[in-house]
Amino acid sequence: MSNEFQQEPAQPDDIQASEVMNDDQRATFLPMTRRETLGLGTFLTASAFLPMPSWAQQNTTLGTSPTRWEPGTTTRIATRVNGVPVNINIDTRASLLDMLRERLELVGAKKGCDHGQCGACTVHVDGRRVVSCLTLAAKVDGHEVTTVEGLSDGEILHPMQQAFIDHDALQCGYCTPGQIMAGIACVNEGNAMSPELIREYMSGNICRCGAYVGIVRAIEDAAREMGES
Amino acid sequence: MQSITYTCTDTPEAALAAFSNAGEGARFIAGGTTLYDLMKLGIETPAHIIDVSDIDGFDAIETEGDTLRIGAMARMADVAVHPVIRDEYPVLAESLLKAASQQIRNMAMVGGNLLQRTRCIYFRNGAGGISPCNKREPGSGCAAIGGLDRGQALLGASSACTAVFPGDWPVALIALGASVDVLGLNGRRTIPVAELYRLPGDTPHIEFSLTSDEIVTAITVPKWPARRSTYHKIRDRESYAFALVSAAVVLEMQGNTVLQARVALGGVASIPWRATEAETALVGHPLTRTRALAAGRAAFANARPGQHNAFKLTLGPEVIADALMIAAKRIA
Ligand SMILES: Cc1cc2nc3c(=O)[nH]c(=O)nc-3n(C[C@H](O)[C@H](O)[C@H](O)COP(=O)(O)OP(=O)(O)OC[C@H]3O[C@@H](n4cnc5c(N)ncnc54)[C@H](O)[C@@H]3O)c2cc1C
Ligand code: FES
Ligand code: FES
Repeated sequence: MSNEFQQEPAQPDDIQASEVMNDDQRATFLPMTRRETLGLGTFLTASAFLPMPSWAQQNTTLGTSPTRWEPGTTTRIATRVNGVPVNINIDTRASLLDMLRERLELVGAKKGCDHGQCGACTVHVDGRRVVSCLTLAAKVDGHEVTTVEGLSDGEILHPMQQAFIDHDALQCGYCTPGQIMAGIACVNEGNAMSPELIREYMSGNICRCGAYVGIVRAIEDAAREMGES
Repeated sequence: MQSITYTCTDTPEAALAAFSNAGEGARFIAGGTTLYDLMKLGIETPAHIIDVSDIDGFDAIETEGDTLRIGAMARMADVAVHPVIRDEYPVLAESLLKAASQQIRNMAMVGGNLLQRTRCIYFRNGAGGISPCNKREPGSGCAAIGGLDRGQALLGASSACTAVFPGDWPVALIALGASVDVLGLNGRRTIPVAELYRLPGDTPHIEFSLTSDEIVTAITVPKWPARRSTYHKIRDRESYAFALVSAAVVLEMQGNTVLQARVALGGVASIPWRATEAETALVGHPLTRTRALAAGRAAFANARPGQHNAFKLTLGPEVIADALMIAAKRIA
């Protein structure tokens, strides 16, 4: 799949994308995604197809026929995702969630409902939690995005991630990246002072497996840990 | 979703200029939690989106002078925890904190909030010929009438539309007699929040009394002694749901006697609903639970239930009564 990209001659935007990511950043970016090779390939070359609509680019990565490209006005976005500068051209209709998952291959944020109702897509924009499915990608131009992939320090998990493991705060895990991002924000906002507050301020994150007891305990625990660090 | 253009503006003048240049199909966007959501459902079909969320200074909250002035681009989450609003106007803070989730409150702006659209299941889920809706497609009919109407309005509805206005914040604002400042191609004007909303009548697709070029720039609330106030919201689940019934109440008391009362309702009417009948039933009387419940019943005297929402005739007065008792216990 990504071979198609790698065979493309480098274009100015391609170089720009490599320049903005130095080796240190690449080192922190690399372990972020489960689809490392494909992810990085897409990431670095996403902007090599400037004249085409972004959805067409996605179709190309999926190996579909160019005739199935969707037309659409595109918009240029300069943002930082997990500390890494991102400079892409994207269909103006795209959500931040689709940008993360389909263009940057950061598949931690999940698409549960796509309508702001479940919280599975929760990420931070400028340190505040938002639902990425209802955030127009165009809106993060000039802003800073953090996803679950950007939390750990190499092999050392964020206290919230560790607490979810310690408290068995999940079953299928689909809601977990959103719960973790919301949980961290909940603590930082000062809304994790009691189990009641945690339940109220985490109500935007639905868990179909019903792991709520563990989730509340994990956040209480992580709140103590985060307060101490 | 049809293709769109996107322009982010940093002054209201730039937003108006972008609006006139864009031509047909131009729309403002704030947080996007209503507009973008409805674009995904094929209900809103703008061609040009003009982002007003980054306009400098329009998120300020000013508390000096005789009015509270809240910038339209202030986020729900920020307004809710502003010290003056939290301490002096609990009805406002609670209406925001009991709405949506913290994620959405971090995105949604208090101006956009006023212009949110109904959650009527037939309106939201029926685009593309699935079910008729006079709000979505004028003249097509109303699938809610005689349909699954548990969430439909008992007050203010018409034979063309029974959709409920779902928001909380405007309900609290009308209880306090707030206004909005708007700026359009024809200049500025100020409109009482209560007059922003139009009863459905024969034209349920015309919901607001703003023209499409008008930008809400601020919300102004006359200063009141409003510590004896609350926003009481009853939902299908404890948090993160729209109101089944909600009541915004503000009381001014002398001893146990009600000097002034403001009561407004959410979840039961076509527009944010001021319940003046309830207010009249309270003023000049000592506040007891019995009196409060009688006031609650007065608010629903003209209610017209459908097949599945008649439970609100019982629930509604209880919610009003509970709200009044909660507010009365607060220290002025
Ligand atoms: C899952 C979910 C749950 C929710 N629960 C609740 C709830 O319990 N209670 C509640 O009250 N609300 C609830 N909401 C609705 C939410 O509060 C509104 O969507 C939000 O407040 C709208 O604000 P916004 O800034 O996102 O508006 P946008 O979506 O950006 O705009 C809404 C409308 O207003 C127009 N507009 C926006 N700003 C301006 C302006 N300054 N001047 C002129 N026009 C403007 C837009 O063109 C659009 O038509 C919920 C929403 C979701 C998705
Ligand atoms: S996918 Fe965004 S809230 Fe459900
Ligand atoms: S763990 Fe399965 S949805 Fe939460």
